Amino acid sequence: MIRGAAIGTDARMDVFVQQLINGLTLGSIYGLIAIGYTMVFGIIGMVNFAHGDVFMVSSFIALILFLILTTWLGISSIALALLIVLVLAMALTALWGWAIERIAYRPLRGSFRLAPLISAIGVSIFLSNFVQVAQGARNKPTPPMLSGGITLFETDGYAVFLSYKQCLIMGVTVVLLTGFWYLVQRTPFGRAQRACEQDRKMAALLGIDVDRTISLTFVLGAALAAVAGVLYLLYYGVVSFSDGFVPGVKAFTAAVLGGIGSLPGAVLGGLIIGLIETFWSAYFSIEYKDVAAFSILAIVLIFMPSGILGRADIEKV
Amino acid sequence: MAGGLMNTKPPGGSALADVVRDAGLYALVAFGLCVPLISYRTDPGPAGLDLTPRWPLVAGLCAAIFVVRLLQRLVLMRRDARRASAPAQTDETLGLAPDAAIKLSTLALWAFIGLALTLPFVAALASGGLGEARYWIDLGILILTYVMLGWGLNIVVGLAGLLDLGYVAFYAVGAYSYALLATTFGLSFWICLPLAGLFAALWGMLLGFPVLRLRGDYLAIVTLAFGEIIRLVLINWVDVTGGGAGISSIPRATFFGIPFTAGEEGFAARFGLTFDSMHRVVFLYYVILALALITNLVTLRLRRLPIGRAWEALREDEIACRSLGINTTTTKLTAFALGAAFGGVAGSFFAVRQGFISPESFNFLESAIILAIVVLGGMGSQVGVAIAAIAMVGGPEMLRNLGFLKAVFGEGFDPNEYRLLLFGLAMVAMMVWRPRGLISVRVPSVALGKRRAISGAHVSEGHG
Amino acid sequence: MGPVPDMDGVVLAVEHLTMRFGGLTAVGDLSFDVRRGDITALIGPNGAGKTTVFNCITGFYKPTEGRLTLAHADGSRHLLERLPNHAVNRTARVARTFQNIRLFQGMTVLENLLVAQHAPLMRASGLSVLGLLGAGSYRRAEAAAIERAKEWLGRIDLMGRADDPAGDLPYGAQRRLEIARAMCTDPVLLCLDEPAAGLNPRESGELNALLRHIRDAHDTSVLLIEHDMSVVMEISDHVVVLDYGVKIADGTPGEVRADPRVIAAYLGVEDEEVAEVDAEVGLAVTHLEPQA
Repeated sequence: MIRGAAIGTDARMDVFVQQLINGLTLGSIYGLIAIGYTMVFGIIGMVNFAHGDVFMVSSFIALILFLILTTWLGISSIALALLIVLVLAMALTALWGWAIERIAYRPLRGSFRLAPLISAIGVSIFLSNFVQVAQGARNKPTPPMLSGGITLFETDGYAVFLSYKQCLIMGVTVVLLTGFWYLVQRTPFGRAQRACEQDRKMAALLGIDVDRTISLTFVLGAALAAVAGVLYLLYYGVVSFSDGFVPGVKAFTAAVLGGIGSLPGAVLGGLIIGLIETFWSAYFSIEYKDVAAFSILAIVLIFMPSGILGRADIEKV
Repeated sequence: MAGGLMNTKPPGGSALADVVRDAGLYALVAFGLCVPLISYRTDPGPAGLDLTPRWPLVAGLCAAIFVVRLLQRLVLMRRDARRASAPAQTDETLGLAPDAAIKLSTLALWAFIGLALTLPFVAALASGGLGEARYWIDLGILILTYVMLGWGLNIVVGLAGLLDLGYVAFYAVGAYSYALLATTFGLSFWICLPLAGLFAALWGMLLGFPVLRLRGDYLAIVTLAFGEIIRLVLINWVDVTGGGAGISSIPRATFFGIPFTAGEEGFAARFGLTFDSMHRVVFLYYVILALALITNLVTLRLRRLPIGRAWEALREDEIACRSLGINTTTTKLTAFALGAAFGGVAGSFFAVRQGFISPESFNFLESAIILAIVVLGGMGSQVGVAIAAIAMVGGPEMLRNLGFLKAVFGEGFDPNEYRLLLFGLAMVAMMVWRPRGLISVRVPSVALGKRRAISGAHVSEGHG
Repeated sequence: MGPVPDMDGVVLAVEHLTMRFGGLTAVGDLSFDVRRGDITALIGPNGAGKTTVFNCITGFYKPTEGRLTLAHADGSRHLLERLPNHAVNRTARVARTFQNIRLFQGMTVLENLLVAQHAPLMRASGLSVLGLLGAGSYRRAEAAAIERAKEWLGRIDLMGRADDPAGDLPYGAQRRLEIARAMCTDPVLLCLDEPAAGLNPRESGELNALLRHIRDAHDTSVLLIEHDMSVVMEISDHVVVLDYGVKIADGTPGEVRADPRVIAAYLGVEDEEVAEVDAEVGLAVTHLEPQA
């Protein structure tokens, strides 16, 4: 299965660095999505199965907004256009996140354990087909939004290239995660959020509006997924209605790998998954890159269910 | 859902103004959700993507949501007013008390079996010939396949309480087992059928063993991952599975060795009938019916054996099970393997019926549909699963017949496009309306006196 | 480990049991014996590590150190810390109840008692194959299991409620049912985690009678955790007192009641004052227990 050997990519420092850059870029995107999974799981203990599709929806929103801004409103500054797209896509996707929680999950709170999961699967099916019906089934390519980059170094005709896109993706991820970290650690919302994670009933007794906190958690998760969606579109330049499922599962894998419920864990898990996927594609076989990701999910869950940064829980008897 | 979107104001005051404001809010949110996904359609144009504005559509949708919400609130208000004066009802199976629900479900099960047994004849009579009834018989086969899959998964999810999101993997194993055994070794369908079940059970045990100590959603996600891994391997292992192109010209089923052909040796000639290609279809219909009924019978019997009781006890409280000396690993494995075996048998039936299989038939959506059937039916309820299968598989199929909608929405309208969209919505709506499924009561496996149903409120849903 | 202990008359020997969770030592170097045919009580203030000891004995936790030897009347021995969780019940024949009752709430009272007889019924059903075929031998085995369940239903006074879901029973009845269910596994040692918690005085009295019946009429020894001293002092033959995971007293109820360290542990007084306090409140201990 080692295909890398055929292209002569094994054991070369430059190839390794290039893949490292690519992997970190992809990992940033996974990390942003993974935060949505981890926060929702932390606070209401459900796997928000539709989160990957929310990410896909945000990518579509970004695509259309970008087209409106550039072709109709004639904004020529790519930086400005991207900024507007990012902000608007975050806002609109956050509305999706809020509406989904309000309609499909909140009525099920405290009911049968499987119900929210089934409902989430329903939302996931709905979202991907909604986009298919509204926008058509074909892949949507975008005009190149940002090209060029920096050649880091060059050996034997192989240039290690850091594109501006990649810089932007990693930069935006770092900035937003820092802001988000501040939000959760230092603000009243963050305190309420962490309190609800520990004990929802007690938090309610202490006067925290639990419903509102949960809603906000979904809104924030969706907004971060929107960032990932914009960056994904920027990076790959193409999106289709079915693009939510696989990145969604991989981001969930990332959340689990990092230790579900742990925010730094989600980011760390995202980076690890991104790196593994990139290196697997480069050195082994690109066909089995998803198999690798899914296998990691299974292996992690079986051998270290609490993940890298998660707390191990002792079975209560 | 009665609380309104925002819970802005307490009830009372100008009630109607409140309702209108609430509906307005709904419309506003709907507007936000429509922008820009619906308001602009992207189409490939000469220079990249072209945008087509569709604001009238957005306006129509928002107006529709406004009206629907308004009506819903008004109806709810009237109902609340009526409720206030009448005592609360028991909210069991469709508003019935548990024991009435048992009677009703027994009756429904027999009605289902009766209908299923006679369907080809009824359909032939109603549409004026076997050939004309083909659509209905094919639909019957499709529904029965899902009934069987639902009953098989019900053992895992409904009885043992293990959430399996990758059930389709076993369906695939069964289908590919038959396809490969038949095309490579020329084995007949009737030999392959039990073999396929066996292989699927083996896979169930192989996959189940490492993951069954996981709990709840984790188990669900790992089984999902396994389902995807199997599908991806089927796509990529081209030498054996034919890759994405799949396996075609899978041998047809025979009437226990007699082929359904027009020749001398054919089924029609042997039994003195005139040849009709429908014989094979009707035969397949009865094969899947028999397989489904066997699944049902085995499940019903196992429920009353110690193993079935252990499954249910496991669903109720795993820790207590271990304290009573029940080996929870083997108990879970038997449930997993048995469920897988039935899935495998259904898969090999699928292969023989289609004559062609490809990995695309075994994607996650199939797993989701089967799980939805089990949960919507009411976990552990055999009749509920049958009803849910009819609704979930037959319902969307009905959409194909809504051609008249073209007159309303224009020529470009294809109701079939909306099949999965509505399916997803229906899943959400069903969960909100009835989180425990259609039939949520549990019938005890043994009783000293008369069996009395147990309300769904007591029954646990399992943790793993 | 040292030599195999002399198990004459002892059903369970706990030797140097230590259980640590991370840095926390819940049980430290605990040793005591449960004698055959006795009712042994394990008492101590909240957080003393009693339930942890139970979880180690019944296989839910693997002890960090120590040995737990269980002897059957026929002389066979079982090292509980080496058995998988369910085998502690199935092969070593140790049964238990839980502090927070763990019945199968959605199953009937009768079904609860039948699940407890899983192993023999499973054998009789030929691993379900014979049962699936409706073999007579299985039907006879099931009838016998139901008879046995009925016997216990009579004993715990729940005959009329056999077909009701266990979750419908009042609290006291649920406690009794959990004990009967554990007894249906035919144990040599029955571990009860706070069986009297939440019972009113009348139910408490019935519980005492039930426990005496189990000790006298069955070949079952009883180990119980209890905060209700009226139960402990009235029915136990032997009391072991834990505090902060360490044994501080071990003896007959009378001896333990008079032990100054026990009084100190319960009342939280300094060692020097124990002598004075002892004189004053020696008997008052029985009434001053913290409730669970």
